[in-house]
Amino acid sequence: MAEATAGKIVLTTADGVPLKRKLRQTQQLMKRRAFTLVLPLLAFIGITFVWPIALMVYRGIDNPVLSEFMPNAAEAVLDWDSSQSELPPEEVFAIVARDLVQARKDKTVGKVATRLNYELPGSRSLITSSARKLSRVEDGPWMEAMLKADSDWGKRETWAALQRIAPRYTGSFYLAALDMTYDENGAIVSQPENRQIYVTLFVRTLWVSLFITLACALLAYPISYLMATQPLRISNLLMILVLLPFWTSLLVRTTSWIVLLQTEGVLNDIMVALGLIGDENRIQMIYNMTGTIVAMVHILLPFMVLPLFSVMKTISPSYVRAAQSLGATPARAFWKVYFPQTVPGIGAGSILVFILAIGYYITPALVGGRTGQLISNFIAFHMQKSLNWGLAAALGGILLFGVLALYWLYNRLVGIDNMKLG
Amino acid sequence: MAGPPPYATPLYRSWYYGFRFLCALIFLFLIAPILVIMPLSFNAEPYFTFTKGMLSLDPDAFSLRWYEDIINNQQWLHSIKNSFIVGIASTILATTLGTLAALGLSRSYLPYRAAIMGVLISPMIVPLIITAAGMYFFYSELRLTQTYTGLILAHTALGTPFVVITVTATLVGFDHSLTRAAQSLGADPVRTFFKVQMPLILPGVISGALFAFVTSFDEVVVVLFMAGFEQRTIPRQMWAGIREQISPTILAVATLLIIFSICLMTALELLRRRNERLRGLSAG
Repeated sequence: MAEATAGKIVLTTADGVPLKRKLRQTQQLMKRRAFTLVLPLLAFIGITFVWPIALMVYRGIDNPVLSEFMPNAAEAVLDWDSSQSELPPEEVFAIVARDLVQARKDKTVGKVATRLNYELPGSRSLITSSARKLSRVEDGPWMEAMLKADSDWGKRETWAALQRIAPRYTGSFYLAALDMTYDENGAIVSQPENRQIYVTLFVRTLWVSLFITLACALLAYPISYLMATQPLRISNLLMILVLLPFWTSLLVRTTSWIVLLQTEGVLNDIMVALGLIGDENRIQMIYNMTGTIVAMVHILLPFMVLPLFSVMKTISPSYVRAAQSLGATPARAFWKVYFPQTVPGIGAGSILVFILAIGYYITPALVGGRTGQLISNFIAFHMQKSLNWGLAAALGGILLFGVLALYWLYNRLVGIDNMKLG
Repeated sequence: MAGPPPYATPLYRSWYYGFRFLCALIFLFLIAPILVIMPLSFNAEPYFTFTKGMLSLDPDAFSLRWYEDIINNQQWLHSIKNSFIVGIASTILATTLGTLAALGLSRSYLPYRAAIMGVLISPMIVPLIITAAGMYFFYSELRLTQTYTGLILAHTALGTPFVVITVTATLVGFDHSLTRAAQSLGADPVRTFFKVQMPLILPGVISGALFAFVTSFDEVVVVLFMAGFEQRTIPRQMWAGIREQISPTILAVATLLIIFSICLMTALELLRRRNERLRGLSAG
């Protein structure tokens, strides 16, 4: 139906609504319907996955211990201007002493001690024993009493550390994860040489992941090429050799590398039997970085082969033939014509392998020994053993940031829509 | 492989065989570790290496004692049961949620489609240790650590990206005029889904479900953080075995798992072929 109004023709539906508006309404409805389908999963992932991880990253700046368990002390220490005097005045001593005694009654003094210990190693007993001794002291002067309980209360660095753990939020975990700390005047400085481990560890993880990615690319290229150029029947058979490890449990594969590589293992036995090495100097190939790298390359290789193969399959052999018929040597034809067409496959595979390698935990933990540990293993260590959750969260936050940046890059270059499985 | 063409020069000939030899070595690297542990699981001795008797194929050197060990060991049986409980429950949840989402995501007019897709795939990308740490903090506050519920929810989150990816991939070639036809003939949306869409995308849904199941079945990092002794799964039990008291029973379990994964792989391949046939991509 059409109505002419002021020279303009407005198309309407049977019930007189302008067609444009009706179309917009329908589109809105369709959008809403599509969104309703996605919503349950989006909500589920949001609650069970994104939110917990956001909370974890937040935990890296969260600093509740002192402000929760010794609130008055936290406030008093923060109010004290450390640039004015070497040690805080008597009233700060008094408040801290009273809070220590109270924390001991509340049985939270251990948590305070642990927290201070992260900031100032070796200070755990300072808190616990002082709290015990001070609970027997009736009245002040508190400075004297505290110095008698532990002479460390007379040190400026003790009070500086206490001042650092007093705020509700702290950057010290993230700084610690980057081998930095606050000095006694609150300036950011590097950790002492012997406590610098995390930057080295991050760099090591990056290099190991790069090396693994490169190794995977070098190993995946020939076999993908072979599979892509063989008739379907043969390439399907060869594909099974790639897919079987892909589908086999991670722990099974790690176990088999232990069986193969350990000093009393299959590979060493073979080499001894062949006379390549003597029985007494078997090679240590596992429980070190070699073991980590070999096992990880094996585990991640299919992730490189699959995208590379799917790219190579689409490259027509006539390009290379044309190049050769125009006089290019086979090597030149490969390098100038074939290889550039496979670069998207290499890129897709490489980013995927790199992302997976950088956060790997299980394999280094099982076959890495002492020297083959990566950043994930230290996150696990602080989660489970040292219980320094703030530091674990900070290390995790930095790792997560790196991975998400790579994920964004992958999405830009390859697109998650094009991610293929199996 | 028919060999190099008859006109090949010696240089090409050596390249031809050299390249194939190199490829053979790489395939050996891929497959050997998995094949080596299968015969070793029949070792009569508690060693992780081939004994002289095994090499001379002496029947006394082989035994099924490590398999008997699994059957007689309550812990292993319990962990197998756990793996299936957690795996199946999380697969059902992940497949339902993932398929629904994929149906929405396959519409190009969905607002913020790329961003939503990015969030839904992220459980696959974020390092497991970070996922595990985050979930541990969150779930322990809800008192869901060391419960089956917590573990199933965690594994569901990890499995959904695979369902989303496989089902959206299946829906790429889906002809939406089929659903419109069904609706114009009077079918309501639910009926349209089950009678028209579902049969066509079923191979994608099942392969997504298989991926989700394997993800849960093989997952150990989240289990390490979230599960108590009661919820130990097979990989968790293997982890303990490798770290604490390594015994050839692990090799027997590993062999069973390899056979299991061969079955899954075959199922997936058959589904893929069926899917291609349904979508008319190939004749076979």
